[in-house]
Amino acid sequence: MSTLPDGIVIVVKEECATCQTVVPVLQQLAEATNLTVYSQDNPDFPTSPSAQHDGDLSISWHHDIETVPTVIRVVDGVEVDRTVGWMRTEWERVTGIEDLGPELPPMRPGCGSMSVDPDLVDELRVRFGATTLSSRRVDIADAEDDMEMMFNRGWTDGLPVVPPTEERVMRMLTGTTRAPSDIVATVPPDLVDITVEKVAISAVMAGCLPEYLPWVLTTVEAACTDEFNMHGLLATTMPVAPVIICSGPGTRAIGMNSGGNALGQGNRANSTIGRALQLVIRNFGGGRPGEVDRATHGAPSKLSFCFAENDVDSPYGTLAGQLGMEPGLDAITLFAGEGPRCVVDQLSRQPDSLARSLAANLQVLHHPKLVMAFDAVLVMGPEHARVFANAGWTREQIISGINAHLNRPGSELIRGAGEIAEGLPQEFADIPAVPKFRDGGLMLAYAGGGAGLFSEIIGGWVNGDVGSKPVARVVTY
Amino acid sequence: MTRTILDPTGERSLAERQPVERPTSLDGLTVGLLNISKPRGDVFLDRIEQRLTGVGADVKRYSKPTFAKPAPVDLRHKIATECQVVIEALAD
Repeated sequence: MSTLPDGIVIVVKEECATCQTVVPVLQQLAEATNLTVYSQDNPDFPTSPSAQHDGDLSISWHHDIETVPTVIRVVDGVEVDRTVGWMRTEWERVTGIEDLGPELPPMRPGCGSMSVDPDLVDELRVRFGATTLSSRRVDIADAEDDMEMMFNRGWTDGLPVVPPTEERVMRMLTGTTRAPSDIVATVPPDLVDITVEKVAISAVMAGCLPEYLPWVLTTVEAACTDEFNMHGLLATTMPVAPVIICSGPGTRAIGMNSGGNALGQGNRANSTIGRALQLVIRNFGGGRPGEVDRATHGAPSKLSFCFAENDVDSPYGTLAGQLGMEPGLDAITLFAGEGPRCVVDQLSRQPDSLARSLAANLQVLHHPKLVMAFDAVLVMGPEHARVFANAGWTREQIISGINAHLNRPGSELIRGAGEIAEGLPQEFADIPAVPKFRDGGLMLAYAGGGAGLFSEIIGGWVNGDVGSKPVARVVTY
Repeated sequence: MTRTILDPTGERSLAERQPVERPTSLDGLTVGLLNISKPRGDVFLDRIEQRLTGVGADVKRYSKPTFAKPAPVDLRHKIATECQVVIEALAD
């Protein structure tokens, strides 16, 4: 990075009307002090005093010029003061010279610097900053199609990915304050340490915007914990995947969908944040179907399963709140789950009726006779949640109200009962009431919108120490 | 025009690992049997143990705490130091 010359440095461009207005002041300063002018566009502007050409915009880039004109006072190679635009009093203060531009109006706003021009900024970021990226560069041959090349390398999930050029990765990295070289997590199954830069590459490929990156980083961190057990989730024969449930004001800032079709397609943030995690596992962690991924059927949710909770309208808070996160913070919850399935109950208007209805549907998860081994997230929309809210039921009351109808005698659940071989071991036969869910195993989320007296059930994978526990994290920016 | 992209993989440069030479006989060797803790894995391994003992091998039995997670590094180390051959019961 070049050092500025001592004295007064002023950066201008001819295209800027204010820069043209201040030319007489530049002449005044050239006579009175040690002045250096840099022109971003025309090397011959101004004619007097003459300017140095910042043709590659390196001076402007490295000295964070956002507006022209910018006036900087430099002492011993160090910037000590600056002002932008034209304001006589400010220019006099920074330069220490009185009576500047007496014929000029007292102030004029400046114009945007070329170094922050949206059409140029990605190229400049690569030109001046790409050396900080350490990933291997892969050249695509002239005759090769970019998209086909990514397929041929095995780098996609079956859908096209965005080629992670240096420009795109550098732009993605503007979404976080973390250094590209920061280690985020150790990614299974290959157990390799992943950097912020490598997560950003997957985020680009998935189609994320830079403002999604903190959510992707936090998601990768949460997935690669021993509690969440991403390795087991990947390797299992069951059709499960990380389900990412987001909440907090940041979900609205990045445009996530928590309303109608929240669990469906069509929203960029919902679709790409989950996909970025899966691409990290696939490409960086080495977890591919038919290899470590041994799923019997798999599920469409293994492409991406991510949605936001409508925490503004939720009558019972957020899932992250149930797992101990402070309300109001941006948070994610990772749950090892299947695809969602719908509960239809269009007639229950009393909470106990609806609780019984939901319980009847939850009992059959995985198998009506298999209990305690799997958790579940129940996602209620406005119309079902209202039945409980109108009766004043809290989150805890809803959960315990549903669980109250999920106890069955062991004799009905043991192997052979009901002429079905599957079931619990014989020793459960004399237990009068066996619950479907372990303590804390039934969780509530709030999403969906518009009409519909429906809820969605997301069944879990093997829970607890032997499988996966839900992991909630506050998003770090 | 040549385009350049960044490698999304872990860029692992694997150290070359030579497979251990296959023994011509199990007589006198220690064979580890790792039960991954799926139901009925023990039935399978009991029978394998009988067969192996019959051909003169010493058998040591191990099990993972849960089939759903990789074997702990201590267990892998223990097997590697105590056995010359290992058989893993994957099925249930």
